[in-house]
This record gives sequence, structure tokens and C-alpha cells, in this order.
Amino acid sequence: MPELKLILPELSLLALLCCVLLIDVFKRGRSNDWTSTFGLSVASLLIVLVITATGWQAERIAVFGGMYIADPLATSLKVFILSAGVFALFYSRDYLARRGIVVGEYYVLALSSVLGMMILVSAGNLLTVYLGLELMSLSLYAMVAMQRDASQASEAAMKYFVLGALASGMLLYGISLMYGVSGTLDIATLAHNIGGVRDGTLVVFAMVFVLCGVAFKLGVVPFHMWVPDVYQGAAAPVALFISTAPKIAAFGMVMRILVEGLSPMRPEWSAMLAILAVLSMAIGNVTALAQTNFKRLLAYSTISHMGFLLLGVIAGTNDGYAASMFYAVVYALMSLAAFGALILICQADAERDETADFAGFAKTSPGFALLVMMVMFSLAGVPPFAGFWAKWFVIKEVLAAGYLWLAIVSVLFSVIGAFYYLRIVKLMYFDNPDGSVVVGAGSDMRAALSFNGLVILALGLLPTWLMTICLVATRTF
Amino acid sequence: MIALSHYLVLGAILFCLSVAGIFINRKNVIVLLMCVELMLLAVNMNFIAFSHFHGDIAGQVFVFFILTVAAAESAIGLAIMVVLFRNRGTINVEDLDSMRG
Repeated sequence: MPELKLILPELSLLALLCCVLLIDVFKRGRSNDWTSTFGLSVASLLIVLVITATGWQAERIAVFGGMYIADPLATSLKVFILSAGVFALFYSRDYLARRGIVVGEYYVLALSSVLGMMILVSAGNLLTVYLGLELMSLSLYAMVAMQRDASQASEAAMKYFVLGALASGMLLYGISLMYGVSGTLDIATLAHNIGGVRDGTLVVFAMVFVLCGVAFKLGVVPFHMWVPDVYQGAAAPVALFISTAPKIAAFGMVMRILVEGLSPMRPEWSAMLAILAVLSMAIGNVTALAQTNFKRLLAYSTISHMGFLLLGVIAGTNDGYAASMFYAVVYALMSLAAFGALILICQADAERDETADFAGFAKTSPGFALLVMMVMFSLAGVPPFAGFWAKWFVIKEVLAAGYLWLAIVSVLFSVIGAFYYLRIVKLMYFDNPDGSVVVGAGSDMRAALSFNGLVILALGLLPTWLMTICLVATRTF
Repeated sequence: MIALSHYLVLGAILFCLSVAGIFINRKNVIVLLMCVELMLLAVNMNFIAFSHFHGDIAGQVFVFFILTVAAAESAIGLAIMVVLFRNRGTINVEDLDSMRG
């Protein structure tokens, strides 16, 4: 059947996930590396990655009554989500082993979250959007609560859960009104029907609710309250997972709901997004200056980066969407490396997540310090790293769309933002180590992190190939 | 005759009650979970009303999915609450303030 062939990536991930869960139940406690739950999960993701990449569709195909869409955007976002997932699992294993939290459920939950993201980016109907989103979020709530004996982790999980449920409630309320106005749940038909509505007030009212839900998942101001607490409370690999693949999926959600479904309302939503973007860049960057906890600092940095990501969507052109997608992917890469560095210095008894713990690494482990410096420069947007091009493309598109003030504001705040990234570099290169924090990790983790750093550098030197993929992916919009 | 607007007003009132419940409540996490459920039920009310007045079945199908997901969601919420109570010995919302900055 041609329809089943198109959803093969999701089907195979679901089947593999069930197998991994069963094998984990029977093999608990006696596993060596590559047949362990970790190995099987990574293998599953890699298999699905190959299936997804080989099922590339050059044109948009809607199947199952429009529920599911296979197009270049869906396929390429899935490839990026799966690759981010593989890296995230690699980094997690090292942390979980060292902290003595070896549990198979962690990997199974990560896989089901990835499944939710894949459904989300392929959604052609508001029902599929909702189901994908919930599958992703519910798995993430459980992952945050994974450290059962950590008081902060359960508090973070509770906050994440309540605010996440509130956001899905808002989104659903918006969807229900949207359904009332347009009489359809299909995203393509929705765009068509909304164009014919004479009085737009109710549509705008519904759109505000939908936008709240989307903004929460991205973590932009003023729906950002959960981000710092969840990052700080959750174990480092969970925070790493939350800040990478789900952000790419959230970008997919923006594309599906706003750009595709609400295309007749572009002037309205781009004005709202502009406010969210400016607020995120301002509050994210300024609050990050005051942080002493590295995870909290990264959380506020995420908030500001999500503001930048929105710039390309605000521009409202195909090139703008491509720039945003480029930003999402590059951000995921940088976030992987930043949290990877944090995992590298975590100790058996506790995480070392204060910024002061980075002091003096240039003397004790120069390679590590060099890597962290590269990641920080990239996050700050210093050439020749990938983060520079990400910012360059979105600002270029926003200028091309005629938003001069937005470009000026974003440049200003990225300059302010550079300060706290550079402070980490200063701590590593000019302060003295106190000797209590050492870089300790297996050689595979070090290799993966070095590779990650090299990709950031390589993308900075040759950004065109990724940009080409993004342009192809957003061409059909 | 009950008009569509009556259902929508009821849905809106339930929705506002649940949002107010989440923000005003400072005492008990279980009340938060109840508010979340109420919010989803308010949405269901909207969907069924629209579905009936549009003569389109898709809205009612959506409601079944929401009900199912709501069950899963409250299961996870309660599980997190049990973990929280084991660690803290309290489920008071005001005590959830160990992280700041």
C-alpha cells in the first residue's frame, strides 16, 4: 500500500520502540554495551533515520484523508530530529552510568518522545498536531521526573507538567474555536476556509489561544517560566534532550499551524510573533547576565535563541522560513555541545552545574576548554562558527522583509548576550582552577563531543549545504 | 431552543474557571490536576457543540481523542505528584519554590 509506505518511519519506530521495551524488561540488569537498551535504542533511531532519508518525497503528498503529510519539510525535519536524538542518547548514557541511574525506561521514553515529534512535523490535521504534541510532551514530563529521589527534579517535573497541560488546554481551546469558525480540522482546508471568513475577529481570538500553545512549546516570553526551572531541576541529559529535538519539532509545528493553516492571517500573527520575539531576546539575554547556575544560564540563552528563531518566520518569505529552520538545526547542535560539556564534568556524587565550576579548565584540560570556548563563541554568534551564520541569515531575511527596527533590536540584544557567553570563556582561561572538578568521561563520549564541536566549526566554514537543504524543505510553502 | 451561543458561553465559563483555578490556587497540587481536567472538558463542550451545529462528525471524534489523552495525562500527573510527595512530604503549591533566579 502506498499510504503505509509513506508512514513507514513512524510505524517502524513504533514497532522498534515496543521491541526495545520488551527486551529491556527481560534483560534487565544483565546487559553488555551493544545489546543493552542503550545500544538497541540508538540502533532503532539509526534504522528509522535510514528509512526516513530513503523515503524522501520531492512534492507534498497528503495521505489518510489529509491526516498525514509527506513533504520535504517533514522528511528533513525528521532527519534532524533523529540525528539530534542519537547524539542526545549518546551523551545520556555516559551521565546515567556515572551517576548510577541506569534505567531502560529513559531510552524508551526518549524514543516515544521522538515518535511524537515525527508525527507532529508530519501533521496535516489539527488532530494529528495535538496527538503528536501530547505524545512528545507526556514522554518529556516523565523523563524530567526520572530521578525519583531528587527533590528538585520532581518539583521541576510538576511545574513542567502543570504549565504544559495549561498550554495544551489553551491550544485545544483555540483549535476548537478554529474548528467552529472554519468547520474543518484539516490544515489545508482550514487555510482555504479562513480566507473566506468575513469577520476576522473570532479567527484572531482563536489564533491568540493557538499562538499561546505554540509559544509555550518554543519557550518564548511570556510563556517561558517553565524553561529555567525545568532545565535546572532536570538531570543534565534530560535538559539536553528537551532543548534540542523538541525545539526542531516546535519549529515544524509553527510551520504547520501558522504558516500553512493560518496563512490568510499572516499580518496578524507576524505582528504578534514580533512582540514575542523582541520580548524573548530582551528578557532572555538580560536575565541570563545574572545567572550563576550554568543550566539556568543555558535556559535563558534558549529563550533568547527562540526569539531569534522567530525572526525568520516573521519575515514571512520562503527564504525566511529556511533561515528559521537553519537556526533551529544549528541551535540544536550548539545546545547538544553545551550540555554535552556539562555532562562531561558531572561527578559521581553530584552535577557540577555552577558557572564557577568551569574555572581554570584551560590549565587542567586545554582540549575541553577549547571546545567549550568554540561552543560559547558559536552561541554568541561570533564568526567563523555556525551560530554566526544562523543569526546572519535570520537578520538578513528580516531586513529584506522591511523590518529595520527588528533587525536593530536583535543585533543590540545579541551584543548584550555575548557578555555572559564570554564570561564562561574568561572563567576557563583567566581564572585559577580549584581542582575539585575534573573532566571525566568515556572515550566514546569525548569522541562524540569532539565530533559535535567539529560539525559546528564545519558548518561555520561551509554553511551553504545546510542552507540548501532548508531552502528545499521550505520551498513548498 | 438552546442555541450554539449557550454552549459556547458554558464552555468559556468552564475554561475561565479552570484557568483561574490554576493561577489562584496556592494550596494543593491535586486541585491543579482537577483544573487541568476541567479545562479539557470545557474544550470538549465546544467541540461537541460546533460538531452538532456544523453537522460534521470530526469534532466528536476529536473529543474521544481528547478524553483518551486526558486519561494518560492525569496518570502522569498523579505519578509525578506521588514522587513529589515522597521527596518533599508535602503537595502544597507554595512549597514548590526551591529554584529561583
